[in-house]
Amino acid sequence: MKAFKACAIAAALAVTSMPAWAGPTVDAVKAKGFVQCGVNLGLYGFSAPDDKGNWSGLDVDACRAVAAALFGDASKVKYTPLSAQQRLPALQSGEIDLLARNTTWTLSRDTANGLNFTVTNYYDGQGFMVPTKLGVKAAKDLNGATVCVLPGTTTEQNLADWFRANKMTYKPVVIEKNEELASAFIAGRCDVYTSDASQLAAIRANEMPNPADYVILPELISKEPLAVAVRHGDDQWLDVVRWSLYAMIAAEEKGVTMANVDQMAASSPDPEIKRLLGVTAGNGKALGLDEAWAKTIIKQVGNYGESFDRNVGQGSKLKIARGQNALYTQGGLMYAPPFK
Amino acid sequence: MIKPEDDIHNALAAADVEEPSQAVAPANSVWKPLSWAKSNLFDSVPNALLTLLALLLLWETVPPLLSWGLFNATWSVADGTAAACRDGTGACWALMGEKNRLMLFGVYPYDQHWRPLLATAIVIAMLATSALRRFWLPALGYAWLGAVVVVAWLMWGGFLGLTYVETAQWGGLPLTLGLALLGIVLAFPLSIVLALGRRSNLPAIKAICTGYIELVRGVPLVSVLFMASVMFPLFLPEGVTIDKLLRALAGMTLFTAAYLAEAVRGGLQAIPRGQEEAADALGLSYWRKMRLIVLPQALRLVIPPIVNQFISCFKDTSLVTIVGLYDLLAATKAALADPEWRPFFVEGYVAAALVYWCFCFFMSRYSQWLERELATGTRR
Repeated sequence: MKAFKACAIAAALAVTSMPAWAGPTVDAVKAKGFVQCGVNLGLYGFSAPDDKGNWSGLDVDACRAVAAALFGDASKVKYTPLSAQQRLPALQSGEIDLLARNTTWTLSRDTANGLNFTVTNYYDGQGFMVPTKLGVKAAKDLNGATVCVLPGTTTEQNLADWFRANKMTYKPVVIEKNEELASAFIAGRCDVYTSDASQLAAIRANEMPNPADYVILPELISKEPLAVAVRHGDDQWLDVVRWSLYAMIAAEEKGVTMANVDQMAASSPDPEIKRLLGVTAGNGKALGLDEAWAKTIIKQVGNYGESFDRNVGQGSKLKIARGQNALYTQGGLMYAPPFK
Repeated sequence: MIKPEDDIHNALAAADVEEPSQAVAPANSVWKPLSWAKSNLFDSVPNALLTLLALLLLWETVPPLLSWGLFNATWSVADGTAAACRDGTGACWALMGEKNRLMLFGVYPYDQHWRPLLATAIVIAMLATSALRRFWLPALGYAWLGAVVVVAWLMWGGFLGLTYVETAQWGGLPLTLGLALLGIVLAFPLSIVLALGRRSNLPAIKAICTGYIELVRGVPLVSVLFMASVMFPLFLPEGVTIDKLLRALAGMTLFTAAYLAEAVRGGLQAIPRGQEEAADALGLSYWRKMRLIVLPQALRLVIPPIVNQFISCFKDTSLVTIVGLYDLLAATKAALADPEWRPFFVEGYVAAALVYWCFCFFMSRYSQWLERELATGTRR
C-alpha cells in the first residue's frame, strides 16, 4: 500500500505540473461517436455490471444522460472501470471524457488534481448503524462503543476526528474487507458499524437476517457529495455535462417523466417545461446541441427521481430513502438552476 | 510424523505379528492397522499426545466443514433470488449457478460468451497436447500458430461474421489465462537474453542487463502496473492511447522476465567451465555454443525455480484489477457487488481459489514430470 500511495502522490504531482489540458472535447467526442466514461469496478446501485455484463447504476445514468444529449442515443457510452487510485489520472490523461465514479467533491481534487466537478448526483455522508436492542437513539450515546470500520479510508479518519471532537472514546475493530466487516458486525464483534450511509442502508436491507433488528442513527458525521467530474480547461464540455445532469433534476421538479415526456412536450402550457423540452428553442443552440437534447435524456434515461428509484431507491435492492437526495422542494438538496 | 524408517520398522513389526498367527488369517486384517497405529501414532507419550491433538482438531474442523459445504449446502435456487440461501445454514453454491457467467467472462457481451469459452477450450486443449512428449514435433508449432490465429479471431472478431469486441470488454478466466500465458511466453526468451547479457564480457551489455534486472526487481509489481497504466498515458501526446490490456501485459512481461533471468542465470552458473571451453575448442560460435551446449543443460537444472516463477506469474495476474481489468478474481468481486448475493462472498472466493489451484497444481505436477523426463541419464 505504501508503494501505491507513493505512486499516487507522484501521479498527482505529475498532473499538477502539467498545463491544464485544453481542447474541444465536445468535437472530439462527437467525432469518435461515443462518450468514454470512467466508472466504478463494481459498486451496486452506482455502477456495476449485471449478470449479463450490462452496466447500470446512478453514475452510469449520468454517463447515459450525456450520451443522450450529444448523440440522441443513451447507449453510445463506453465504460472504463477504474480503481480508486486510477480514477483521477485517467481523467487527466484523456483516457476518459467523464468521471462518474462515486467521487467525493473536495477542494483539493477540484484544484490541485485538475478536475472540475459538475453536479452532485448523490449526497452521501458517514453514518452509524447499531443493533436496535442496544437502545441507542443518537450518536452521542456511543461513548466507549466498539466500532467496526474499514482501515485506511477517510471513513476511519472521520471516525477518529468525530470521537475526538466530541471528547468520547471508542474501540475500533479494523477489518480489511467490506464483506467480512459486515459478517463481524452481524456476529456481534462490535456494537457499531460505520460507513457511508448508502452502504449502511444496502447492508441493512440485504445482509441482515432481520433488518428491523438494526437501526441507522440519524446523524451523519461527514459530507460526501458524490459528483461527476470533467477535466480543467474545456468549458463547453463542462456546460454540456452539467446541464445534462441538471435537466434530469429539473424534469423531476416539473413532473416530466420517461412516460409522459412526449405528451408534456406536445401539450404543456408551462413556459419552463417548454424551454426544458426544447419546444421553445434556444437552450440547445446555446449548448451547441440539438434542441431536443433534454427531451431525449428524459425519454431514454428518465428524470432524477426515476433514476434514483430504479438504481438505489425503493425500486432497487438497496431501498435507500431519498433523504438529502430529495428535491429542495421536499426537504432535500437537489436543486437545478433555471433553464433560461 | 511418519518417517521412512518407521515404515520399515512397521513392516518388520507386521511381519513379526504375521508369522505366529497364520492359522487365524482373518485376525490379521483386524490387528494390522492397530499395530501400525501403535508403532506409528502411539509409540511414545509425546507422539500419542500429538496424535490425540490432531484427531481433536480434525474432529472439530472436518464435520462442520462438510456439513457447511456439502450436507447443508444450497445447490440451486428456483427463483433467481438468494432467499433460499438466506434460510439455509450451509454454503450457498447456488451463487455459482446465478453468477458463473459474470465470474468467468466478466463484461464480455453476454450473447457472445461462447467465443471466449471456445477460445479457452482451444488454449487448454493445445496446452494439454503440448505437454506430452510424443507430440513434440514441428507440426505442433504450426498447430499453435493456427490456434493463436483462431483464438485471436474468436476473442476480437470483427471479420468472418463475428462482431468486433474490444479488449476493454474482455474479462474473467480468458483474461487471466491469456495474461499469464502470454506473459510467460514473452518473458521467457527475454529472460534468457537478460541472463546471458548479465554474464556477458561486453561491459555495456552487462551494465544494461544488470541495471534492468536490479531496477525491476527492486519495485513491486503493483507499481510497475500502476506506472504502465496510469503514469505512462500522461506522457503520451494527446489523442494517442495504447490499449490498456497491452500495457498491463507489457508490465507483467517485463516484471516476470527480470525474475526469470535470475533463475536462468543460476542455471548458467551451475554449468562447469569445461563445457564452454570444450565448445570453444570445437570452434562453435557464441550463439551455437549457448544453444547447443550450455542452455539445454542450464535450463534443465532450473526447472523448479522457473515453474515457481510461472506459478507466481499466473497468480500475479489478479493484480491487474488495480488498473481496471476484470481478471478472474476481479470478475468474482464484481459478481459479489450485488447486495443480494454479497453475504455469500466466501463461496465466491472459494470457487475462484479452486480455479487458480487447478491451474497451479497442474503446472507444478507437470514440472515434476518434466524434470524426471528430461533428467534421464544425467542425474547428478
